[in-house]
Amino acid sequence: MTKSTDSPVIDPFEAALGVHADKGRSPWEDAWHRLLKNRAAVYSAFIMGTIILLVLLGPLVVSWESDFTDWDFTSSPPSFSSGHWLGTDAVGRDILVRTLEGGRISLLVGLVATLVSLIIGVGYGAIAGYFGGTADRIMMRIVDIIYALPFLFFVILLMMVFERNIVLIFVAIGAVNWLDMARIVRGQTLSIKNMEFVEAARSCGVAPWGIIQRHIIPNLMGVVIVYVTLTIPQIILVESFLSFLGLGVQEPMSSWGALVSDGAQDMESAPWTLIVPAVFLTVTLYCFNYIGDGLRDALDPKDRL
Amino acid sequence: MTQDSGMLKHTLRRLLGLLPTLLMLITVTFFMMRMAPGGPFDSEKLLPAEIEANLNAKYHLDEPLLRQYFRYMGQIAVLDFGPSFQYKDWSVNELIAQSYPVSLTVGGLAMLLAFVLGTTLGIAAALRQNTRVDYSLMGIAMLGISVPNFVIAPILILLLAVYAGWLPAGGWDWGIASMVLPVVTLALPVTAYIARLTRGSMIEVLHSNFIRTARAKGLPESVVIRRHALKPAILPVISFMGPATAGLISGSVVIERIFSLPGLGSYFVTGALNRDYTLVMGVVIFYGVLIILLNFLVDLIYAWLNPKIRYDEKY
Repeated sequence: MTKSTDSPVIDPFEAALGVHADKGRSPWEDAWHRLLKNRAAVYSAFIMGTIILLVLLGPLVVSWESDFTDWDFTSSPPSFSSGHWLGTDAVGRDILVRTLEGGRISLLVGLVATLVSLIIGVGYGAIAGYFGGTADRIMMRIVDIIYALPFLFFVILLMMVFERNIVLIFVAIGAVNWLDMARIVRGQTLSIKNMEFVEAARSCGVAPWGIIQRHIIPNLMGVVIVYVTLTIPQIILVESFLSFLGLGVQEPMSSWGALVSDGAQDMESAPWTLIVPAVFLTVTLYCFNYIGDGLRDALDPKDRL
Repeated sequence: MTQDSGMLKHTLRRLLGLLPTLLMLITVTFFMMRMAPGGPFDSEKLLPAEIEANLNAKYHLDEPLLRQYFRYMGQIAVLDFGPSFQYKDWSVNELIAQSYPVSLTVGGLAMLLAFVLGTTLGIAAALRQNTRVDYSLMGIAMLGISVPNFVIAPILILLLAVYAGWLPAGGWDWGIASMVLPVVTLALPVTAYIARLTRGSMIEVLHSNFIRTARAKGLPESVVIRRHALKPAILPVISFMGPATAGLISGSVVIERIFSLPGLGSYFVTGALNRDYTLVMGVVIFYGVLIILLNFLVDLIYAWLNPKIRYDEKY
């Protein structure tokens, strides 16, 4: 039975939703509307956008260079008259510019390492889930084994092996962070692969690899997006953790973790050197976590209570 | 087959399953350390070639890699981690034996605090779902997850030690005062996770049929919660204890450094910065074994508490 557009009968359901069913709404649109209703997530996305813009454009606007040492103002508190709006560190470098440029590194590590973990995790999980059987058992057993290892210690060992090369920081962190992704993707694949549309594709003679690419992976996107948003803050945290221990990015480059570490050294005489990068780092992590939570509620309705 | 013998068989099989993990832990650690450029005797002062050769020979660093590997495996089998390269008169066993009580005390107390506080807050939030109490508790929990402990620690030191002067800013004398700040900062993120986890599972349990039955019977709400809802709601927290331990251990590395505690974590970082191969490997293996064993224990407790898991069935 099809409903014509000029039908006077309005489904009470439609009326409640305030939409016309004949216009149709994709699950993605539904999710989008659910997300917009989540105020914490929307505010977080807004703040996050501001931080990203600041980090990208800020260093171009602020007149100080990040490695310029202003000997007239060492460890000077935030003030407008000195031109250092958020103060300077012990050797007279502008905290604002350093924090913004450190943010570039922190966010970049978060994005790139998440991408690495995404590619490995989705590939691994989809293959294990789709082929099932012995392959699945062996592959997931390997994940279990690696899972039980003290992962952070391996990142530290990798950092020693790779001589603290910035590109390899990304890869190292991403390479040990794909396990959760692989598990989630595998579980999801197991349930998708038995659905009718996959069976239909199989009966049309599509090769397994084609099915994984064309039918499984696109249907994993919801879960993957949620998980990516939750992985980015984790990785930023790991990077700042490493930098805090002096095992992450090296001078003159900086990241929020490294700045917090520096700030903690002279917090008694110059607390702003600790507080400024700490606030940026914390607010970013907070926002990512809230956006991830909101996305999970929006994209995974069965988890909603 | 009876439940008990099924359980025993399961336990034994799981125990056997730990071996590959253990082997992998040692192997990966060993080869990663040896792949690292630079040696333990690289210092600012260049050593004469003969002395370096002698040192390398003494620590068997001149042998083929595979031979070193099997030698190390043989040592580990008798629980000998070898001499430390940096702390000249110490063996790694002595360093670990001397430092692990500190780490264990801080970690154990933090775990206890996180479990008690986390479940309490989680249940409190779940019982007041979607009220202001719930929102503010979960907001605080989110803050606990988002603020790294290396940010909280200096701020707490600044406020409570430097400005207020109530607690020592660092150091360790086995006194309560020196434990408070490290334990609290270490416990915070885990507490937050546990609170969120407990809230979620408690809400789910409260919606299930057996709770409705219990309420329909006319049981008072407090009895419903304590007798019927509590156990199933705690189960996910129990299975989280494994990852939580791993999290606490990595957190302790930072905490020990900030509060200058003489624990395992600070030896690990110093060792990593100085390429003290044997010390780093000893600590990684010690912690790895600890995590593996705790995960195993958690699995057993989980199975024992969860009536849905039965071992007399073939699976």
